[in-house]
Amino acid sequence: MARALVTGNHAAAHALALAGEANHVARGTICGAYPITPQTEIIEFLRAFNFSKGRVVPVESEHSAMAVCIGAALAGARTFTASSSNGLAYMTENVFSAGYFRLPIVMVGVNRTLGPPWNIWVDQGDTLMMRDAAWLQFYCDSHQDLVDTVLLAFRVSEDPRVLLPALVAQDGFLLSHTQMAVDLPTLEQVAAFLPPCHVPHRINGQGKTIGGMTWPHDTEHHRHEIQLAMERVPAVLAEAVDEFVRVFGRRPAGVITTEQTEDAETILVACNTMARTAQRVVQERRARGERVGMVRAKLFRPFAREVYTTACGHAQRIGVLDRNHSPGSGGIFWQEIALSLRCRPEVLVQDYLVGLGGGDVTPEMIHEIVDDLQGRTTASPPVWKELPVA
Amino acid sequence: MTTLAPLDQDACGHILRPGNTNCAGCGMSIGLQWLQQALGEVRPTMCIPACCGIVAAGAFPTSAYGVPTLATTFASAAAVATGVSAVRRLNDEDALTMVWAGDGGTYDIGLATISAAAERNEDVLYFCYDNEIYGNTGGQRSSATPQGVKTSTTPQGKTEQKKDIMEILVAHRIPYAATLSVAHREDFLRKVRTAHRLRGFRFLLMLSPCPTGWKSEPAESVELIRIATQCGVYALYEVFDGRRYRINARPDGTPLERYMSTQRRYRTDLLDLDLLTALVNEKWAYLEALERAFPARVEDGER
Ligand code: SF4
Repeated sequence: MARALVTGNHAAAHALALAGEANHVARGTICGAYPITPQTEIIEFLRAFNFSKGRVVPVESEHSAMAVCIGAALAGARTFTASSSNGLAYMTENVFSAGYFRLPIVMVGVNRTLGPPWNIWVDQGDTLMMRDAAWLQFYCDSHQDLVDTVLLAFRVSEDPRVLLPALVAQDGFLLSHTQMAVDLPTLEQVAAFLPPCHVPHRINGQGKTIGGMTWPHDTEHHRHEIQLAMERVPAVLAEAVDEFVRVFGRRPAGVITTEQTEDAETILVACNTMARTAQRVVQERRARGERVGMVRAKLFRPFAREVYTTACGHAQRIGVLDRNHSPGSGGIFWQEIALSLRCRPEVLVQDYLVGLGGGDVTPEMIHEIVDDLQGRTTASPPVWKELPVA
Repeated sequence: MTTLAPLDQDACGHILRPGNTNCAGCGMSIGLQWLQQALGEVRPTMCIPACCGIVAAGAFPTSAYGVPTLATTFASAAAVATGVSAVRRLNDEDALTMVWAGDGGTYDIGLATISAAAERNEDVLYFCYDNEIYGNTGGQRSSATPQGVKTSTTPQGKTEQKKDIMEILVAHRIPYAATLSVAHREDFLRKVRTAHRLRGFRFLLMLSPCPTGWKSEPAESVELIRIATQCGVYALYEVFDGRRYRINARPDGTPLERYMSTQRRYRTDLLDLDLLTALVNEKWAYLEALERAFPARVEDGER
C-alpha cells in the first residue's frame, strides 16, 4: 500500500489498471477506450499503462468502446471502460447489451450534465439514465472510495451468483480533477482480492449462439434471472466488503453509510460529494442539539430498499437531495426512497433538486433545506433549490 | 493451384446446419456453405449484427449455427469481433474471428465501426453478404441499393447510385479485399482461403441474391449472379494491401438489360439503359487502369 496524492480520475484509473493487470494469470484484460471530458484522463492513464497481458483499444466511439468490451468479455477477458454524459448516451445500446449478456464489465462513469444545453459540469442524470440497463451502480464520495469501489465492483460483478456489469460513478471535476491523498493498493493485494476472471458463458468453441432470438416466455425468464441476480447483490457485496477488510485492512462503504440516523427525526439522503457536504451540515445541526441525520446512498442498483428503510429508522421527515432530474417526475433518488418508505405513509418524503448542471451545493443551501424540511407538514412537488421563488 | 474440396460436402456443413430459416434461393445460404467448404476443419467464431444472418440462427435454445456465434447490436459487429480477436491474440490462440453481416450493417450503420477496425488492422475477417436491401425488415433501401431499384422506401425507384464499399475499404490499405460470386465456386473458395491465410483486417464482399427483395425466382439466384458478372454490373476482383489489383473475371458483352429484366425490382420503364451502361463501362475502365498501373504480384494470395 502506498500513500499518494492523486486526482479522482487517476485514482479510478489506477484501480482499473491493477484489476486488469491482476488477471494476467487468466485470459488477460481489455479496455475499449474513447475520451470525453471530464473522463479523458482515465483513458490517457490506461493507454500509458504497460499491461503484461492486456490491451487498451482506441476505438472510434463510445458505442464501439462498449462493443469491444462485450466481445472481449465473451472471449473470457476482464474488461472495463469509462465514459461520461453524451458519450454514455451514445454508448447506451451496448450498455444494455452488456447487462443483458450478463457480462462482468466495469465502467467508471464521471458524472457530467447531458446536453443540450452543453455543460461539462456534474449532474448525475447521465449515469442514472442507465438505471434500467441491468448494471450495478455505485456512487462514490471520495478518491479513496473510488479506488475501493472499483475493486469491489469487479469482485461483485464477476461473482458467479451475480454476473452483471457495474458502473462506478464519481462527480465530474469535483472529484475527477481534484487531488486527495489515497492509499493505493499493491498489485499483490489486488490479486489476492480479485480471483482470476471467469466468464462461465464465454465462447469456448461450442456451436452455440449467444444473444440470438428468444420467444416471449424465454425473454421473461431471462429478465427474471437478472432480477434474482440483482437481489443477491447486497449479500455478495457484504461478503466482498469483509474480504476487502481482510486484504486491505480498511473497511469500504457498502450499500450506504449513515451519519447519526439512530435517533434522527429529520434525515437527509444524498449521494456523491453532496453527501460529504450534507454530513458536515448534520454535524453542525447536531451541535445545536437538533435530531438530524444523514444517509449517503452508495449502491443505487440494485436499490436495496430494506437497507434504506431501516436506516431511515424513526424519522418523520426525509429530504432527498437530487443532482439529477427526470422531467415529468422529479429527482430519481427521491423516487426510489419514496417507494422504499411507502410502508410508512406517515413519513414526509420531500425532493430537493440541487446543483443541477453543476451548480455549487454549499453548506448554507443544505441548512436552508433542513430548515424547510423541519417546517413542513406536507410534501410538495420537487423544490428547485436554485430557482428564484416566484 | 489449390485443390478444392469436392462438392459432395455441401449438404451438411457445420457452420450452417440444416433447418435454418433462410428463404429459398438466398445467396447467404450458399455463401455459408461455401465458407464451410473453404475453411474445412477451421471453426470460425461468427459475430453477426442484426440482419437475416442472425435470424437464420433460429430461436433460443436451438441454433442453426454449428460454430460459436455472437449476436451483436447492428452497428457493432466489427468492434465486438475486435474484442474477441484481441483476447485471442493475448492468449496466443490461432483462431479465426469473423464478422458475417448484411449490407445494412456494413454500408450504412456499421461503416464507422468497420472503418475504425480496418484502420487498426484488427485480425478480423469481415464478410459482407450484400443483398442490396434491408432484407431482414422486409426490403427497404440501403446505400448498397442500385439506382433504379424499387424498394418499400423507394417506391418510385432509387435515384442515387450504389455506394462503392470495396473502394472505401481498399482505401484503408487493409491486407486483403475481394469480391465473391456464388456463380464462381473455385474463385470463391480460393479467396476465402487467401483471406483466412492472411492476418489483419480482411474484407470479403459477396453479391447475395435475395429472391424476396429482388422479386426473382429462387431457382435462378445463381444464374442471376453469373449474369451480373457477365454484364459487368458486378466486378470480380481482389486487392492486396490496398494497392495491388487483380481482376478475376471480365464482362463478356452481355447487355445490362438481361440482368435487370430477370428481376422485378428494377423500374426498367424509367431506367436510362444507355446511361447505366456508360457508368458500368466507366467503372471497368477505372478498374482496368488500376490493375495495369498496380498489378497484383504472382505471390499475392500465396503467402
Ligand atoms: S430476405 Fe433475402 S437475404 Fe433475407 S433470408 Fe430471405 S432471401 Fe435471404
